[in-house]
Amino acid sequence: MTINEIQDELIEEFNLLTDWVDKYEYLIQLGKDLPPIDPQYKTDEYLIKGCQSKVWLHAELKDDGKVYFTADSDAIISKGLVSLVIRILSGHTPEEIAQAELYSIDRIGLKEHLSPTRSNGLVSMIKQMKLYAVAFQSTLKNA
Amino acid sequence: MKTASAILPYFVFQNKPVREYFPALHQQVYGQSLVYFDNAATTQKPQSVIDAIATYYATINSNVHRGVHYLSQQATEAGEETRKRVAAFIHARHAHEIIFTRGTTESINLVAYSYSKLALKAGDNIVISAMEHHSNIVPWQIACEDHGAELRVIPMDENGELLLHTLDNLLDARTRLVAITWISNALGTVNPIQAIIQKAHALGIPVLIDAAQAAPHIPIDVQAIDCDFLAFSGHKMFGPTGIGILYGKEEWLDRMPPYQGGGEMIKSVSFEKTTYNDLPFKFEAGTPHIEGIICLKAAIDFLEALPLTEAHIYEQQLLQYATEQLQQIPDLRIIGQAKKKSGVISFIIEDTHPYDVGVLLDKMGIAVRTGHHCTQPIMDFFGIPGTVRVSLAVYNTVAEIDRLVQSLDRVVSMLK
Repeated sequence: MTINEIQDELIEEFNLLTDWVDKYEYLIQLGKDLPPIDPQYKTDEYLIKGCQSKVWLHAELKDDGKVYFTADSDAIISKGLVSLVIRILSGHTPEEIAQAELYSIDRIGLKEHLSPTRSNGLVSMIKQMKLYAVAFQSTLKNA
Repeated sequence: MKTASAILPYFVFQNKPVREYFPALHQQVYGQSLVYFDNAATTQKPQSVIDAIATYYATINSNVHRGVHYLSQQATEAGEETRKRVAAFIHARHAHEIIFTRGTTESINLVAYSYSKLALKAGDNIVISAMEHHSNIVPWQIACEDHGAELRVIPMDENGELLLHTLDNLLDARTRLVAITWISNALGTVNPIQAIIQKAHALGIPVLIDAAQAAPHIPIDVQAIDCDFLAFSGHKMFGPTGIGILYGKEEWLDRMPPYQGGGEMIKSVSFEKTTYNDLPFKFEAGTPHIEGIICLKAAIDFLEALPLTEAHIYEQQLLQYATEQLQQIPDLRIIGQAKKKSGVISFIIEDTHPYDVGVLLDKMGIAVRTGHHCTQPIMDFFGIPGTVRVSLAVYNTVAEIDRLVQSLDRVVSMLK
């Protein structure tokens, strides 16, 4: 699936959840389902700035030319958010990730429910993922 | 065990539930009726205080002390009337021992600056405790750094009780002040300040009490406890924000140099020499928070009209009931289990982040505080990132605590 197909699928999933509680429960479930990060990346070096809770993010460019993200957080709601963005962006080429427009975040009714610090955390996560993608783009060009 | 049925459903004041006097309590958030459990951060205001603010601006608004005109005299009189009321409220010997500040933080900073300038020398020390708010830590760190003094800390145990026997080693001939909180804002511990003051005074050491959390809950008699300084805030006791109080014994305030320079605090100014005004004005440079001062009186009127003993018993029953109910929640650990507590329950739920709990409670219409509560050393001591803090006021009810517990059950089932 393309990034936008995944986003549309997410919007559809969240639209089935009318109550904020259901949305949060789903978000928390996404957090719980997030595959664990390799412990060697749970260091300050991989911490994302701008989140009130701790969020660690690692990116890897594999031989198939696609970027794979892993992450963790000490707060489950943050973990759900990062899981959401990983689902959208992970497994795509650096170019696709760098150019992706994450319109779904606004439309799944979560951003408006998130406090500013949380929201900034989400923005920081996306920004960090795109930074990785841009870095991998130049790696590929120079290869 | 105290059951819900043994506690009044709500505290009654002048024939109606006390919460009826607080309009902000009666609103919906996210479509649910608000439960306000963030009283240690600030209390809601009774209608009489809200009305007093509007009345002040609609009638006697003017600058104080300087004017010869009618309004200015009215405002000055009203402000000085509040000073007398505050003095009576805490049983100060003189009204001029009451200094108006911006809040507890500024009251402590005033003493940290002015008293230290008077009394603190290189090699001296200041003693605080392990459960102080940052506002009763940082001003002393700055003062100690400025004067080459040492900051000493009374340690506490796992229950959140101070280890008072350590005072015998901590206090010595070079100790210039003990600065300690009456009630911990993060743990709810009520400290035995009387015993601490007696120990300090036996060595001739003055004591400052941070009464920010005590003022809305405990009757204060500064002559009975014999503290040298006492700091508290209007907004935590049903009054306006931005107005704080510093009580200081006349003998200290007279000797201390001014904190800030400006208008009102002077007797005469020339470029060669300025002579300072008498107490309390020596410490009140510039135009004060006139509205806040005048309307603080309405808050004190309200507090003094409350039957304080009954209100205190009711609050303690709520605290006990909340503690018992919260302890029923699996894996919930109360941080701070001192024998004497007031108004505050801090807790964590194992394997959850306090912030997750706070965000979900908020969505359920329940206002709590999460984080380190400006007491990072306490969180470090317990090895936790923060707590969820429920802080009570006389207008809270058993039904609200029941809703908190039910909501927490749901939060836990969502998070685990």
